[in-house]
Amino acid sequence: MTEYSVLIGGKAGDGIAQAGQLIASIFSDLGYYVYQYVDYPSLIRGGHNFCIIRAAEKPVFTHRTGVDLILALDQKTADLHIHNLTTQGTVIYDSPKVKSEGQALAINEILAQYKGRPIMGNTAMVGGFCGCVGIPWSLVEAVIRKKLPKETDLNLLIAREAYSRITRCISVQPVEGASPRPLLSGNEWIGLGLLAGGIDAYVAYPMTPSSGVLHFLASVADEAGIDVVHPESEIAVILMALGFAYAGKKTAVGTSGGGFCLMTEGVSLAGMAELPIVIVLSQRGGPSTGLPTYTAQSDLLFTCHAGQGEFPRFIAAPATPLEAFWWAAEAVQLAWKLQIPTFILSDKTFSEGIYTPEAEPEIRATTPLPAPSYPYKRYADTPDGVSPILVPPYSGEVVKVNSYMHDYSGITSEDPEMTVAMVQKRLRKAEKLATMTDQPGAVVCGGSVKAKTAILCWGSPRGVCSEVADELGLRLVSPVVLSPFPAGEFRRSMQGVEKVILVEDSSTGQLDKVLAREGYRTDELILRYDGRPFAVEELVERVRRVAS
Amino acid sequence: MTSDETIVTQTQNTWCPGCGNFAIQHAMKFVIQELEAEGMARDHFVLVSGIGCHAKIADYFQLNSFYSLHGRTIPVATGIKMANPNLKVICFAGDGDLYAEGLDHLIHAAKRNLDITVICHNNRVYGLTTGQYTPTSPYGYQGKSTPNGLHEYPLNIIELLLGAGATFVSRAYTRRLPHLKRIFKEAIMHQGFAHVDVLQICASFFNATTWYDERVYETNESNAGLFEFACRTAKQWNYNDDTKIPIGIFFQTRKPVLPEKKIQKEVDRGVIVKKILEKAT
Repeated sequence: MTEYSVLIGGKAGDGIAQAGQLIASIFSDLGYYVYQYVDYPSLIRGGHNFCIIRAAEKPVFTHRTGVDLILALDQKTADLHIHNLTTQGTVIYDSPKVKSEGQALAINEILAQYKGRPIMGNTAMVGGFCGCVGIPWSLVEAVIRKKLPKETDLNLLIAREAYSRITRCISVQPVEGASPRPLLSGNEWIGLGLLAGGIDAYVAYPMTPSSGVLHFLASVADEAGIDVVHPESEIAVILMALGFAYAGKKTAVGTSGGGFCLMTEGVSLAGMAELPIVIVLSQRGGPSTGLPTYTAQSDLLFTCHAGQGEFPRFIAAPATPLEAFWWAAEAVQLAWKLQIPTFILSDKTFSEGIYTPEAEPEIRATTPLPAPSYPYKRYADTPDGVSPILVPPYSGEVVKVNSYMHDYSGITSEDPEMTVAMVQKRLRKAEKLATMTDQPGAVVCGGSVKAKTAILCWGSPRGVCSEVADELGLRLVSPVVLSPFPAGEFRRSMQGVEKVILVEDSSTGQLDKVLAREGYRTDELILRYDGRPFAVEELVERVRRVAS
Repeated sequence: MTSDETIVTQTQNTWCPGCGNFAIQHAMKFVIQELEAEGMARDHFVLVSGIGCHAKIADYFQLNSFYSLHGRTIPVATGIKMANPNLKVICFAGDGDLYAEGLDHLIHAAKRNLDITVICHNNRVYGLTTGQYTPTSPYGYQGKSTPNGLHEYPLNIIELLLGAGATFVSRAYTRRLPHLKRIFKEAIMHQGFAHVDVLQICASFFNATTWYDERVYETNESNAGLFEFACRTAKQWNYNDDTKIPIGIFFQTRKPVLPEKKIQKEVDRGVIVKKILEKAT
């Protein structure tokens, strides 16, 4: 398979992520599948930011350590990453600021020549990259025109100058018969899925790495006809969302661990009052403020158990753009079909990674919700525990929801028999949810599907685990649905497995604990908790050591 | 006006005899019926309550209601109002509920001029949890959590609301029923954020009936449009000292309101998703 990896790095404020996206767009225009890893510390200026853009002829959802080209806007980029250069690889560096092997690009000279601003150094580097790999200028120009709507002509002059100053050293050819694909972050794929699922409102307080969903939905709110609200706190977020839901509006919220801590009382309220809500939870390194811009999968058990009392919830952890799109839409639908909180559990790696989709996303038709009967009772008893929703105002009827234990009409009741009836009603919803979600797609199986050794993972590590499984001839088993645990689908995926290797971005192996409850045992844990995702080469080595 | 009993539920009332909540419920019942007679649809009212004795009002009214969490009436009300600006959303909250646990929401709702009505059942004590101090309890208050007396001065909530940008700031007293009804009605009719701080006694833990009766007076409202004047009226009683207590509308003005009325457009999600994908390609 033809594939390329390009690393671009510099200081925060150098526009590294934007330059990375330009390069990713150029690869996509050439017909490649693209994945972009974005690594940055929690600061606005300085530090060391870098992106790795990986382009391949088949879908990729992870990065490799080895890179074919390093684009160094600062000395750290050259120093820290030069040992990752592949044998045919080279460096383009901002001269004289950076000292390195490879080709010098006098960015300041170019900027002075065209009176460009310092930030446009990133455009110069993109131009240098394109010259180095022989991208036709017409394609470069088209992508810059599309992606840089501000000061386009000046950016083009700068890019063109850098393009012509660099000697061609690698040849990147277009993929025959392939057409460009959309390029969106994991957060944007989730947001798009929420739109497809029919949300009327999105409420969120900014928190890395979930803010991308907020920014994306705010940018399309008017054309999509949705409300996007940023209130005073995460407590306000979830309570507002439940207010929207009471008034009949499909609503999602988004946050990361700390914000979700504040939301938990509201999650429990959603459980008791039976109000539908979608919660996008993007994990980052914890505990507490932790590693705001680095990845973790250490909130699985928290998400499974957050909120006092017992109530059904749905959790899905998508690992690819299409899965994010589909499960976010499904989370909206399940929330309303069962009147429960549903979760899309993401992490920094997936949320802020940038992806072309593995196939074209399609919107699935939705089924109408059951109609209420009159006189209306909000918590009317039904065989499956789901009481039809009535949206106020409705002439002659009242709609009462309640955080207290309540009777069928929503009035507070502490009567023991009524309590049992309401608890059992929620239990029946949990049973229905399990039946609805233990379906094909709930567990993804890949690699050598008959292999007796399986790599087990959930969420964003699937991309890397899948490549490692392919390379080492192992089976890949990856549940997407994590609550209720899809016992049937998981059993089928695990048939014949004798050895299980769990890969997780945590220090304790949280999926292991979930599986223990289901009667499974993992043999090896490969855990990573430095905030960085595994690259293919790193994980191959770790798995190889324990697989045999 | 004759009382229409279909507006109340059959639920047994468990407020203590003499509780100020009865007056609030009675006045609100009267006002809603009056507004109905003037053409407002009963099914357009949505009551949002917090947690505490006051909150049982959600169970007692046969009206749309959201019995929410302690301190969280306002964010719930915000969501409901933004989802459907045609609804008349009224929050019933307690002083512990609204001024302690949920104070941030109150300030932000006032700042946004959110078009809702907030009624605070201010008995200056936690009743349901049996007698602890709240943000409006007087200095030295001896409760179960402050047996040696409280070393904090109360919040002057009227000043706080004026500072936060509320466009309707008022105080009422449960034993001035006709006045209470008028304030409720004006608060509901106000376009924008309307706050009524209702002084009431707690029959079990803070019975200050005589004290209030002797001090409460109805203030002249002719200068209610003047902010400086409102600030002066607000300072007349600081929720602590032994002074006269003005009740009435302290301040009323007009500002842009949230949510703005907007035309709901039907958007085909398939078309929008395609458009976004094309733009990202």
